[in-house]
This record gives sequence, C-alpha cells and structure tokens, in this order.
Amino acid sequence: MNAPTRMMRADESATKHTKTPMTMIQALRSAMDVMLERDDNVVIFGEDVGYFGGVFRCTEGLQAKHGKSRVFDAPISEGGIVGVAVGMGAYGLRPVVEIQFADYSYPAFDQIASEAARLRYRSACDFTAPLTIRMPCGGGIYGGQTHSQSPEALFTHVCGLRTVMPSNPYDAKGLLIAAIECDDPVIFLEPKRLYNGPFDGHHDQPVVPWTKHPLGAVPEGYYTVPLESAAVFRPGKDLTVLAYGTMVFVAEAAARETGIDAEIIDLRSIWPLDLDTIVASVKKTGRCVVVHEATRTSGFGAELVALVQEHCFYHLEAPIERVTGWDTPYPHAQEWAYFAGPKRVGAALKRVMEA
Amino acid sequence: MNQHPPLHLHVPEPTGRPGHDTDFSYLHLSRAGEVRRPPVDALPSDTSDLAYTLVRVLDDEGCAIGPWAPDITPDLLRFGLRAMMKTRIFDARMVIAQRQKKMSFYMQSLGEEAIGTAHALALSEGDMCFPTYRQQSLLMAREVPLVDLICQLFSNEHDPLKGRQLPVMYSVRKAGFFSISGNLATQFIQAVGWGMASAIKGDTKIASAWIGDGATAESDFHTALTFAHVYRAPVILNVVNNQWAISTFQTIAGGESTTFAARGVGCGIASLRVDGNDFLAVYAASQWAIERARSNLGPTLIEWLTYRAGPHSTSDDPSKYRPADDWSHFPLGDPLARLKQHLIGIGVWSEQEHQETHDALEAEVIAAQKEAERYGTLSDGRIPSASAMFEDVYKEMPAHLRRQRQELGV
Repeated sequence: MNAPTRMMRADESATKHTKTPMTMIQALRSAMDVMLERDDNVVIFGEDVGYFGGVFRCTEGLQAKHGKSRVFDAPISEGGIVGVAVGMGAYGLRPVVEIQFADYSYPAFDQIASEAARLRYRSACDFTAPLTIRMPCGGGIYGGQTHSQSPEALFTHVCGLRTVMPSNPYDAKGLLIAAIECDDPVIFLEPKRLYNGPFDGHHDQPVVPWTKHPLGAVPEGYYTVPLESAAVFRPGKDLTVLAYGTMVFVAEAAARETGIDAEIIDLRSIWPLDLDTIVASVKKTGRCVVVHEATRTSGFGAELVALVQEHCFYHLEAPIERVTGWDTPYPHAQEWAYFAGPKRVGAALKRVMEA
Repeated sequence: MNQHPPLHLHVPEPTGRPGHDTDFSYLHLSRAGEVRRPPVDALPSDTSDLAYTLVRVLDDEGCAIGPWAPDITPDLLRFGLRAMMKTRIFDARMVIAQRQKKMSFYMQSLGEEAIGTAHALALSEGDMCFPTYRQQSLLMAREVPLVDLICQLFSNEHDPLKGRQLPVMYSVRKAGFFSISGNLATQFIQAVGWGMASAIKGDTKIASAWIGDGATAESDFHTALTFAHVYRAPVILNVVNNQWAISTFQTIAGGESTTFAARGVGCGIASLRVDGNDFLAVYAASQWAIERARSNLGPTLIEWLTYRAGPHSTSDDPSKYRPADDWSHFPLGDPLARLKQHLIGIGVWSEQEHQETHDALEAEVIAAQKEAERYGTLSDGRIPSASAMFEDVYKEMPAHLRRQRQELGV
C-alpha cells in the first residue's frame, strides 16, 4: 500500500497551484476557506471563531467572507458544540468545529465517544456524523496544565474516530481538507507550538519561521494529504523514530546532534495508521524509538511499541525505547523539564544504537 | 455565638411509597379549558404563567373545552386513537415475548401513548424527532412496519440494525426517527443542531427533541436550552415528565416546588406545561409550538405531564419503590380511555368499533410477530453474522479491523 522508500510528499494529490509561504495557522485557514468555497454543507463554529477569528486566529476573516450562518461564535460549551455538530451531521452538513484547547475537549467527551464515533455503527448507516473537531494541543507556550495537554490516546482508544496530527503547514492544509471530506468523525489535533515555525525543542533559541522552511510553501488551492498515510520525514539507515506533531522536529534535531542516521516516520494519521510504512522502516533499520509529547503510561507510544513488537520482532536488534512526557500534569514553571527535548531523545537514540 | 440550629441536608421524597398512597396534590393541576392560549408569536417571557399552570382540553366528561381545543377532523381523531391502541397492544405483546426470551429486554410506554401519537400527527413529513426509548408511539403514528421493529427487538437475521443495539433502540430515518443512543440526554442537543442545520440551509423542516424528567439533570439538557435560545433554533424541546426515572422520583431531578417547563422560561424560551394524557391538548400544544418553530419564532419547551404506568423496563419492579396501584389514582387518568370517551361522546366512535379495532390490531401485531420469528430470535441463534460486527465502524473498513475480523475467522 505505502512503499517504504516513498519519499516525503510523494503522496500528495498533485496541484498545479502556486505555492505561497504560509504559517500553519494560515495553512489551516486556507484549508477551511477552500472547503467553505467548495462545499455549501461546510460550516465552522466554536468559541471566539466568528467575528474575532479564534484565539489563535485560524478562522480570521472567514466570517466576513462566507457569512454569519457559515462561520459563527458558539457558547462556551464544548459538549454543546460537538452535540449540535452531531445533529448537523445527521442533517447532512459537514461541521468543522474548534475546541479552543485540546484540554477543553473533556466536557465534549460523551458526544465524541458515545455519539459521533458510534452513530454510523449503531444506526447501521441510517445516520452518520461527518464532522471534524479541530483542537490545538501540546505545550511549549507556558500554558500550564490546562493549555498544554496532548490527549490523542484518549481518542485513539475510541473505535470509530480518526485521529490526525500534522507537523507542518503543507500537511496541515492537505490533511484538514481530507478530514473535512472524510465521512468519519475526525479529531484534528494541531500542535500549537508549530503554528508559527518548526520548533525543535530548543526553547532557548529563536525558532525559524515557516517562511524559511520548505514545508511552509503551501499551494493556494485545493489539494489533500490522504488519511492513513505516514510520511518518511527523514530517510535514514540506523534506526527508526516513530513520531508525530512537534516531536518530528525534536527527533530531527536529536538525529542531527547525535550524528545518528535516524529514519523519522511522521505518522500524520495517528489512528487508523499507516502500519505498512512503519513496519517496512523498522524491518530495514532493526531498531526503533517511539517519541511523543503526551504522558507515557497508556499513551499512544504503548500501542506503537506493541505493533512493532507484533510485526517486526524477529527483525529487532535492540529493545524499543519510548521517550515521552512524564506521568504528571503538564507543569507551568517546569515546562522544559517536562518536555521531551532533543537531549532526552538523543540519549535514547544512543542507547538503542549501543544496545 | 451562633444563633442558628445545625444545618441539615434536604433529600426530596415522593409523597407515596409502597404501603401508603401518593398525595398527587403536588402536581398543581389546572381545570380543563382554564389556561389561556397566547398568539403563536408571543414573547417567551409572556408564557411564564403557562409554565406553571397546565394546558388541558378534555374535561372529566370527555368534552373538549377552552381556547386550546383544536380544530381536528374525526378521521384524524380515530387515526390517533388507533395508533395509541396499536402502541399499547404492541407493548403488551412484546413484554410477553421478552418473558419468552425471544428478546433480551423491552421497554413499554403504557400510559404515555397520547404524547408521541398526537405530536407525530401535528408534525410534517421530513421533520425529525430525536426520541428517547419510550416514544414508540411516534413510530406507530408514522405507520412504520411492525415486522421491521420486531426484527430489531429480536436481534434476528433481518434486524435493520444488524444486532448492534439493545431492543427498542430503533433508528428509522425515513420516518423522521433519529437513532436512539441509550446514553441519556445526548439527543437533546443534537436535535438543536439538526434544527440549526435546517435554518442554515434555508429549509422548512424542524426538529423535535425528547427527554424524560430524570435526564433533564444532564448537562446536555441545559446546553440544548442555551443553544436553542441563542440561535433561535426551529426545535420543540419535549420533556416527558412521567414522574419516575427507574426508581428515582422527579423531585431528585429538580422538580420539587417548580416545574420542568419553568426551566425554559429562565432560558428565554417559550414554555408550556401540558396534560400529556389529553390527546387534544397534546395535539394543540404541539401545533402551537410547531407553528412558532416553522415561522422562525424559535424554540418551545413543552413539559408533558404524565405517568409511567409500567416498570422502567423488563428488568425493573416498581412495586419496590412506589405504591403498586399508583397509576389508578393518577389524576390525569388513562390517555387512551379519555380519547375513547371523547370520540364516543361526539358520536364518531362506539364500543363495538373499539372492540373490533382492538381485535384487528391484536391480529396485526400477532401476524407481524409470527413473520418476524421466521427470521429468528435472540434465543434461537439466528442472529446477524459475527462479521457484521466489524462493518460500519468506519465508512471503509481500515486494515486493523480487517486483520481482527480475520483473527476471529469470519
């Protein structure tokens, strides 16, 4: 299905459109703009997303362009936002809702896990809920315990959901369009520390803006990055790093700084995932490190380790390592002791190479 | 020095328990015909008296009186009575079938048949109800084929829901009946979203949301009121106050010294409290709310006052927590008997027609059950295939589910 040697971007549904430098915020906005234009059934709402354009400004200008009945403010009620989105989906719309921070998604959990995720199944396709739930995730902005979490594993544990996390503006736009067009409910996690540049974990150094990064060049029009498709972000021979979101750049920095020729797989779609790309890479390198920002225990890394063990055991030359956030709430002042930066990732790469 | 006695926690109790009768004066009933009928474009705040009184049309003699008496043809009245009878006969037969282990579970709607029936008749085709598990009268009024329903109840090879749902958790989109969740209250806010979608698209369809008194304590109920008010959603917010949520009396959901209708007024929503055992009052109040919704005048919350005459489900024994003969003392009576009395009183029905209709409906239900049994029951093993378990989790089956299906060997 996915050739292991496929280079990054080879899967894009090629576009003739001009590429423009965009931040991830601009790329996400462009995706919503394109879809509002293409499909009358797309509506966008959430807290502060209407007139103001969202606290991260992802929907700025969309209400003025597409009208108040397509892009509007919602009450501060995440359960209500997702609940009405399920009803709109049942009617035939394609709602794209914003949860202001992933940390605020818990009041909506019943509507996500019991309703959106299972409506197609329980009604035997009589009703469906084709909604996209966007939410900024991850730390690195001194957001403390309520503006920093990465709850992807809570969603990957729910059957019927798709969980996606882009790592760059190009993928963000293509994946968001694919998510909006998808007939399944999609949890679309946006690593907020990547909104303005490819942050690699060196918090004491200035971040390169997306305008100076090749993945910040984004086509203006319609294109998709398919779901269930990982990218070989950095080809390599020594070991395989499985990562997504911010950790893709942290892993890249760790590989550069340790001189280890790591093959970094950017999952992009966390679940359902592109197992073939993962398995082909680990079978090639024989070593694997799993990295995520979220807490460790029952994190998605545990699932990745299990899958690699099930599918690649006889190719492994070293135990698989996990580098993750600690099993604590995301702290405020101690943010950088919590965050799994390039130093911790690099140390794991070395241990796995030495094993 | 503290002058106050020690604080104590108030835990509401029903007035009746096994061994002593209920004092139903807590219901604060109005007389038939007593309550005013405001114009459909009344401001929500101008309905506050209607949230604390009770809209009633049929008096004790079965006469339709007062400003809410609807203009309704004898044909529609007879159709409504027949649908109510069909609901009751169907329920009774299915309770027996459950005891015979043909299904795992059943929930009857005894005593509440007027609400869904009259409401469905007031709605139009294309409108969407978001029901709870006790609105089977909506399906009977929409004449959904009984065989389909029974195949769902039996979880058999013809179950339209492929064996995935508990009995009674129907989904019948073509009859305007949304998939029943089983998680309480979730559908209430979804109905508001459906209505908002209709308004966004410039459609003319409206939504009708259903909830019981107990589940109004869930946040989805309050959220639904907020969203419905904010966006002036074309939706009817029905609260069926049947007094009991399993063993929990409605005062534990917050009904003591107030009404559930009053919740609506506080949120800026036009609100009515209506005799749910009075077919004509249900029809009239539904028409009023439907006209408001369809005219862009926004939502209406209606509290339907009724009584859950049967157990919560086939797994429940209400004689453990309320007087066994409670329903026979309920002051709003039996909705079916009251409509029958009215129809005979106005000369469009007779005891003989009633008996003949009853017998014909019973035969229809028995025939449908026989046909459904040809496709199997839960106990005889003719259930949907195990491979169907893996379908429809996603639109296209992902690789991991294909592998798991293979692992099961189906």
